[in-house]
Amino acid sequence: MDLFKALSKKRSRLLELWMQYQLADISLREDLMENEELRAQSEELLDAFLKAVTDKNVENVDDPTYEPIIEILSGISISRARQGYSPKETGNYVFSLRDAILQVWQAEFSNDLAVLFAATLKLNKLFDNLGIITFETFIKGREEVILRQTDEISEISTPVIRVWDNILALPIIGTLDSSRTQIVMENLLQQIVDTGSSIAILDISGVPAVDSLVAQHLLKTVAATRLMGAECIISGIRPEIAQTVVHLGIDLSNIITKATLASALKQAYNMLQLEVRKVQK
Amino acid sequence: MIVVLNKESIPIDKEQDVVLFRNRVKEYTIKIGMGVVNQTKLITAASELVRNILKYAGKGTVLIEIISSGRQNGIRLVFSDKGPGISDVPLAMKDGFSTGKSLGLGLPGARRLVNEFDIKSTVGKGTTVTILKWKNG
Ligand SMILES: Nc1ncnc2c1ncn2[C@@H]1O[C@H](COP(=O)(O)OP(=O)(O)OP(=O)(O)O)[C@@H](O)[C@H]1O
Ligand SMILES: [Mg+2]
Repeated sequence: MDLFKALSKKRSRLLELWMQYQLADISLREDLMENEELRAQSEELLDAFLKAVTDKNVENVDDPTYEPIIEILSGISISRARQGYSPKETGNYVFSLRDAILQVWQAEFSNDLAVLFAATLKLNKLFDNLGIITFETFIKGREEVILRQTDEISEISTPVIRVWDNILALPIIGTLDSSRTQIVMENLLQQIVDTGSSIAILDISGVPAVDSLVAQHLLKTVAATRLMGAECIISGIRPEIAQTVVHLGIDLSNIITKATLASALKQAYNMLQLEVRKVQK
Repeated sequence: MIVVLNKESIPIDKEQDVVLFRNRVKEYTIKIGMGVVNQTKLITAASELVRNILKYAGKGTVLIEIISSGRQNGIRLVFSDKGPGISDVPLAMKDGFSTGKSLGLGLPGARRLVNEFDIKSTVGKGTTVTILKWKNG
């Protein structure tokens, strides 16, 4: 008799037990998923499992017959990672199916321990493999979340500030990679149009390193600003950055650069023929 | 004699790895007490070389080592890829040479920023660049 195939006859019992295990798990996140949804998801996976696994292929998860199971499992795992489930919760979900199967077998083979033992070994091995697949896809799902957050952060962290009539300031914090530069440049050029500003100060105090790519992005931003008829000042050049830029061989001599935002602002006032004075009373 | 005190290998295959890798290098420089100027020089050189891997080879790995020689401590980075390789290395080391429509400052600039620089490349096999920066170098 094929023990794994025979499980199909116990489908409803298995589902009931598995759901019981899941619902009994104190870590169950009712805030994240409705019980009905959980049931539907579990039914889908269980059906795929009952259809695919036999005594013959149980030791070979790479067998094509496993593809539907792996597909469903990966889908569940990735969506759980996105929804904010922990690895433990996701692991428990899969492993509690094994517990349900074990319970069914224990009742069935209570007087044939040799069979039970052999079958349990196979079952454990199989679920080890399914567990690994679950965690691998779970981590992939998490990585996607992290990458998306990185994109979001770079978008929100590039504000354009109107510091004075006709003067814009852009504090840049973090790395100026290609996509970030694109966002900075678009924001800046749009603000120049919207406010009619004629001077933009790019402050790079918060940029950890200026390599040739970052330098090129700065040069491009300055060139684009000039095409719009505005002038660009780069401020916040720390001593170590200045030395590094010189050694790299990057030529910033065509750009107005200042050590601090304050001196850049002073320069901007100068260019606009404005004067800041103490009031004599 | 140079002794390796600590080593770690980091895979590089996407843009996001650049920042992670640079932060890792920074941690090592802080661990050995490297000053901020040398830190920035090393990180910038490393940044150039890791970007070359992404741009020209697609992917590769970097080995980070803390090394010690006599009373000096330093950091050695080995960038290896199995990309297309460089046919004329002396030319690629010249300021302004670029096949990527870029500034062509990555390799020569990186060499000026570190204490030791070595490049080995075989067309069709890949490229290995090794740089070393002493704590007080
Ligand atoms: N890892 C690599 N694999 C293959 N070719 C490389 C590699 N690194 C550099 N090169 C070649 O050497 C040339 C010079 O590299 P270098 O980093 O100096 O300049 P670049 O990358 O073209 O421009 P920049 O780094 O200034 O933006 C490159 O254009 C490329 O042809
Ligand atoms: Mg380069």
